[in-house]
Amino acid sequence: MSSENQESEAPLEFGEEKQQDSQEKDANPVKSEEAKLKAKYPNLGQKPGGSDFLMKRLQKGQKYFDSGDYNMAKAKMKSKQLPVAGQEKGLVTGDHIPTPQDLPQRKSSLVTSKLAG
Amino acid sequence: MAGAGGGGNDVQWCFSQVKGAIDDDVAEADIISTVEFNHSGELLATGDKGGRVVIFQQDIEKSQPQCRSEYNVYSTFQSHEPEFDYLKSLEIEEKINKIRWLPQKNAAQFLLSTNDKTIKLWKISERDKRPEGYNLKEEDGRYRDNSTITTLRVPVFRPMDLMVEASPRRIFANAHTYHINSISVNSDNETYLSADDLRINLWHLEITDRSFNVVDIKPANMEELTEVITAAEFHPHQCNTFVYSSSKGTIRLCDMRASALCDKHSKLFEEPEDPSNRSFFSEIISSISDVKFSHSGRYMMTRDYLSVKIWDLNMENRPVETYQVHEYLRSKLCSLYENDCIFDKFECCWNGNDSVVMTGSYNNFFRMLERTQRHDVTLEASRECSKPRQVLKPRRVCAGGKRKKDEISVDSLDFNKKILHTAWHPQENVIAVATTNNLYIFQEKVN
Repeated sequence: MSSENQESEAPLEFGEEKQQDSQEKDANPVKSEEAKLKAKYPNLGQKPGGSDFLMKRLQKGQKYFDSGDYNMAKAKMKSKQLPVAGQEKGLVTGDHIPTPQDLPQRKSSLVTSKLAG
Repeated sequence: MAGAGGGGNDVQWCFSQVKGAIDDDVAEADIISTVEFNHSGELLATGDKGGRVVIFQQDIEKSQPQCRSEYNVYSTFQSHEPEFDYLKSLEIEEKINKIRWLPQKNAAQFLLSTNDKTIKLWKISERDKRPEGYNLKEEDGRYRDNSTITTLRVPVFRPMDLMVEASPRRIFANAHTYHINSISVNSDNETYLSADDLRINLWHLEITDRSFNVVDIKPANMEELTEVITAAEFHPHQCNTFVYSSSKGTIRLCDMRASALCDKHSKLFEEPEDPSNRSFFSEIISSISDVKFSHSGRYMMTRDYLSVKIWDLNMENRPVETYQVHEYLRSKLCSLYENDCIFDKFECCWNGNDSVVMTGSYNNFFRMLERTQRHDVTLEASRECSKPRQVLKPRRVCAGGKRKKDEISVDSLDFNKKILHTAWHPQENVIAVATTNNLYIFQEKVN
């Protein structure tokens, strides 16, 4: 885990404001964490902890690999690149077609648990 | 000598045993996903990501007053296997989400184990005798020539080496569209509930082709989805009462006598949030990952990302006790969100007499929170403290500023070493703590 410097990079304000600022940061580390997150991901959803998380949670495990779709898409886009499942693998909508590379590896054979060894 | 499981700080914990491989290269299948003692504490079951169940038995015969007995492997079996739902193109993990024991009624032991979609009732029975001297068969199984049979020979039972067999007695399938997160056996010993993200079903242990839906929070329009069910449990004594927790930090208590469909709660437990504290992380960290009734049935405990709260069932507007598990993480929420750790689901448990609660944390630390004197201690499950009967030293995390000797700084914590699952023996001060792929058993220091 990177140890990020929590002090503000911006030039320090003088007087009362400066004191208030650092006091706020001490009193509410969560707010400064939130600011950090928003700075990194400005497009993060307006609804905190809302539908996005929940939909992702409900869809856990779904891998829509349909060989028919996959081959049709390959044929349709002979010259163009094959649409790759987007960054958000959890949300498969529209033209997102999982490729064989996205699918999980074949699970290993069933063996006895090491706890019983 | 064996206390009712009291004491937090006044109890000194010693290493007893560790199960599992030593090597750091952890296969996914070996990740422990659930730990549960049975009602007497004699049996300890673990489930893993590979769908396997391992049951340990307390070796009672060899016990002496000086040291408690050890847990040794009793039975191991493959409970669930990976499946693929072709209709929905859905991969169904074999990971065991929960194991719950049934109270013992006869010589055999029964447990329920569940993955995301299917619950199974397993019978674990012992066989220590076998019939010998069949009339029509030889000992090796071949049939005797009829003409050689001139007298009647009745088989007799003779002792054999103990064999423990596990067989699936019931398979409760196809009742959950979403992923099962909890199962809970009712005090009536006839029914149990299973909960997924949006629904809770009631089953009869004997009937597999039917289950009753008792809670359904699926909105008509999925776009309006704002919360999911995270855990559910039956009251330990009142067979009509159960609770379920949500991703928004609320707990609803339902009474099945009130109506067939318990969408309308009887009680709603929610601590009002200070609006000035609201942030992007508020809802995520308030999501309850576990809810457990006390043995007395008077209280319930909830675990959210940073704290453990104890609620009096008679008071809905706030918890009676709140304990910080790892407050120092509040200033790390951004990184914890980025590496997904903020979504880790920690469990919690009570000791036998409800005086101490325990929950896990990162860096293989776990916390003991003593209720009467409000003492708390942080201990570590590690191979470095694994000499027989070695007393565990309390650990301290330094949040910032000068780090004292023996303290560990927040930035040095290993967030891949999570203790999500812990269990406490129902009567004795014996605890089972699961790290990623190892099971540690600690017990009270006995002088």
